[in-house]
Amino acid sequence: MGFKSYCFKKSLWVFHFGGASCNNCDIEILDCLTPRYDLERFGILLVGSIRHADVLLVNGSINRRDKDRLLEIYKQAPRPILVVAIGACGCTGGIFAEGITFAGPVDKIIPVDAYIPGCPPKPEAIIAGIVKLVQKT
Amino acid sequence: MGASLFYFFIFPGLLFAGITGAFLSWYDRKITARVQFRKGPPLLQPFYDFFKLLLVKETILPKHGSPLIFVLAPVFSVFGATMAGVFILLPLFNITTGFRGDLLVIFYLLTIPSFSYITGALASGNPLAAVGASREMKLILSYELTFLLLVAAIIMKCGQQFDLNSIIKTQQAGTSFIGSISGVLLFIVGIFCIQAKLALVPFDMPEAEAEITEGIFIEYSGAAYAMIKLAKYIMLFILPSFLIALLLGGFRLDGIHILWSLLKLLGVVLLLTLIRNTNPRLKIKQAVRFFLIWMNLLAVIAIVLIAFGY
Repeated sequence: MGFKSYCFKKSLWVFHFGGASCNNCDIEILDCLTPRYDLERFGILLVGSIRHADVLLVNGSINRRDKDRLLEIYKQAPRPILVVAIGACGCTGGIFAEGITFAGPVDKIIPVDAYIPGCPPKPEAIIAGIVKLVQKT
Repeated sequence: MGASLFYFFIFPGLLFAGITGAFLSWYDRKITARVQFRKGPPLLQPFYDFFKLLLVKETILPKHGSPLIFVLAPVFSVFGATMAGVFILLPLFNITTGFRGDLLVIFYLLTIPSFSYITGALASGNPLAAVGASREMKLILSYELTFLLLVAAIIMKCGQQFDLNSIIKTQQAGTSFIGSISGVLLFIVGIFCIQAKLALVPFDMPEAEAEITEGIFIEYSGAAYAMIKLAKYIMLFILPSFLIALLLGGFRLDGIHILWSLLKLLGVVLLLTLIRNTNPRLKIKQAVRFFLIWMNLLAVIAIVLIAFGY
């Protein structure tokens, strides 16, 4: 393991893209940053601009309007960028999978590095997903 | 020549100030975490952040804007911060050079980082960055007069001496300036000026994270953002050191005094962090009013008190 990848693993900055979400996953993601779970211990920060991000968290069902935004955000991100799909909607489409405005789960639009299923996933599950993501890179 | 380069790059300059500032940045984040009952990041976190940005991430240049100025602005900010750091830290560590560095040079050099952030933000062609740059400009206009009054008051207090060396010597021979009523007032003014210069929370409108998504730094990524981080680390070290030199009697590097010097530095940074954690963000209008009316009033009262010998 080189110095570069070690530094990268130790400081993952997260940008949160919420699609047409029901807000449950958003709340669980924010829970990870609260005192009880405190992801800043591992150097994970929530940043406001996609230019600073290393991880793009996508949750919610991606409908036709969201698709363009998601692609644009993904193109604006500096490489290397990791993409994590959170929740049933992000991973597969969930109950919206057959809706007329649904534009496909996240991995049909952009390449996804980790899937965290659940409706919504518990903060523990999100942390476990992040750990697997870190081990993979 | 060789000694000057050593001063600039190694000892009080880039390397030393950068590393110390990075540790102070960790201290700031750790205190923030403890205030919120969290555990906080590991000790080397600022270094991981810096090297990740510098070595791993891609730097994206703006298409609609001026890429050259966009890239040069962070370099200038590091230069300004380091230059000011050298002139502040050389007298603090009691190294005498030929240059009798006076306060006005330091005063001007300390504004270079803010100005280069503004030019970089305006060169990026992003509307949110332009909003942030305009706010930073207003913030500079509001705190700079107060900062100048603070410097003028210190000069008056130690008998029209302009260089930092003799200000520190005067305090170490007698008592520190903070041991008087005017000194306490000036310390309050100085803390708020530093808070605004570092763009910490009550005065972080230029980079308001939730509102205009990092404002002036929104387009920066990769190595350019690493340079901005480095400038911020250095500023987090040298501005509290400057206040310590002006009011708290500077550093002394013999025996137990080393511990005292370190505690002074950590105490000032702790104060800044606690202010940052217990206040909401002001509007730019409120910040301008805060500095132009209340802080200037305090500084003028302090100057009048100094004229009467308090």
